[in-house]
Amino acid sequence: MSAATTAVAVPAEPGRRWLTAIIVWALLLTVPIWLSMMGGYTALAGRVLVLGLAAMSFNLLLGFTGFMSFGHAAYFGLGAYGAGLVLKYVAASTPLAILAGVLLGGLAGTLFGLLIVRRRGVYFAMVTVAFGQIAFYVAYSWNDLTGGYDGLRGFSRAPLNLGFTTIDIANSDKAFYYFLLAVFGIAVGLQGLLLASPFGRTLLAIRENERRARFLGIPIERHVWLSFSISCAFTALAGALYALLNNFADPMGLHYSLSGEIVIMAVMGGMRAFWGPLVGAAVFVVVQDYISSWTVNWMFFVGLIFVLVVLFFPRGILGMLQRSSGK
Amino acid sequence: MTMLDVRNVTKQFGSLVAVDGVSMQVAAGELRAIIGPNGAGKTTFFNMISGFFPPTVGDIVFDGTTVTKMAVTARVAMGMARTFQITEIFPELTVRENIRIGVEGAKGLRLRLWLGGKHAAEVNRGIDEALVQTGLTAQADRLVGELSHGDQRAAEIAMALTLKPRLLLLDEPTAGMGEHETFAVANLIRRLHRNSAYTIVLIEHDMRVVFNLADKITVLGEGKMLAEGTPAEIADNPIVQEAYLGKAE
Repeated sequence: MSAATTAVAVPAEPGRRWLTAIIVWALLLTVPIWLSMMGGYTALAGRVLVLGLAAMSFNLLLGFTGFMSFGHAAYFGLGAYGAGLVLKYVAASTPLAILAGVLLGGLAGTLFGLLIVRRRGVYFAMVTVAFGQIAFYVAYSWNDLTGGYDGLRGFSRAPLNLGFTTIDIANSDKAFYYFLLAVFGIAVGLQGLLLASPFGRTLLAIRENERRARFLGIPIERHVWLSFSISCAFTALAGALYALLNNFADPMGLHYSLSGEIVIMAVMGGMRAFWGPLVGAAVFVVVQDYISSWTVNWMFFVGLIFVLVVLFFPRGILGMLQRSSGK
Repeated sequence: MTMLDVRNVTKQFGSLVAVDGVSMQVAAGELRAIIGPNGAGKTTFFNMISGFFPPTVGDIVFDGTTVTKMAVTARVAMGMARTFQITEIFPELTVRENIRIGVEGAKGLRLRLWLGGKHAAEVNRGIDEALVQTGLTAQADRLVGELSHGDQRAAEIAMALTLKPRLLLLDEPTAGMGEHETFAVANLIRRLHRNSAYTIVLIEHDMRVVFNLADKITVLGEGKMLAEGTPAEIADNPIVQEAYLGKAE
């Protein structure tokens, strides 16, 4: 099929993208004010931020490089264990815990990435699943270190010592929410910068047309590897935050079912829109929270929404909103 | 000076010999057309030159360097650029962004996370230059996937030009185009050749384009070289007339 006959969907215009960013930040910054009025609780917003960050990080690979991973939970889970293990065995330091989580998940992704950058399509996706399951079984079986099936307990996030003052993120939900939001903001800020850079454009080039990218001299494998590693490191950051949020890390955090949920969040929200995966994560977490209070089969409803979105709004919820609001 | 020296290359796919001992020398600044009936091995020949796959036998020397087994990206870095029979572009990006990716790569900025004012200005200059060269300035901010076939081809050529190629390989640049678009693309190629002295090798089916543009023509048939010469020589060559031109008309 020639490119001339390829259906082309119009991405959001710059103006509308800024509008989206402003709305997102306005909502996130005021969560403690409006969420309780809506019947929510602050920890729920924390979950949205953490899973939203995971989905946005995953989407660097899927939406902006064009490679599908079904094993991103591995890096999320490794990030959680890295943070938990440091808090439990090394030092009561939240920044150190986060750093350890990012390093553990990020390095695992970087090394594994070296092995898979020549795989494409289904094969790429399948080896990511395989690695995810290896990581899952290691965490599941290594009882002495990880607590096995019961998960890693007996640690809690430490108050944040900034030198001149201490922020009590351990006990104040509100303080912890803003701490999460600050880390989230820095992370997605870096992601935005990355995507707007020449390097980010090479990733779009690879997504759009690998052959053309190669014949423009882009070393595809190296760039895919970098993208995968960066995506894994940010996903591990989300995992580390998740451990802090729950004061708990468990093997389900590495399980392929979570990998699948991350994919659903990104695609449902809109994988071509920067904020799309966050929107997807918000819908996912809120639906799960509300519906799981009256049925254990909440996944049925998430699945239903997912199917409807994919059928009727192939560019995802945010992709659809961004297009229709301007017309 | 010889820009491209293809020495007796053969490509075998299993028992099929797609290209059989073909040699070709292209001088710097020359516009060479490769013609031949379907299945003559033209695209296979092109793919060996551009590094898609190596020849089974033979050597390819580009600007004095043997590149027979060199990777695509290394050839691109040496100044070899190509377009494809089916246009290869970044359809969901604008023309400007398509070209920008080429310019940033050519200037070695590919791994940058930030462009300073100096580099940004240089890149914009490079983009504008490629837009002007290919007559796409008015379309710069449209998605390249929405353009006409001819303009998409021009955008693909614009991307190739950002590499400042010393050898430009064009695989059927007017394939699938109407009268008007063929004329526009042929004019673009003529300008690149006459005004900017690019060395160009192209595969083409449209004989009017070939005979109007080419300095020399190489004729392939069933993987073998049938003839080589100026357009006048080729037009008068009885072997070519029988094998190719006779059938085409």
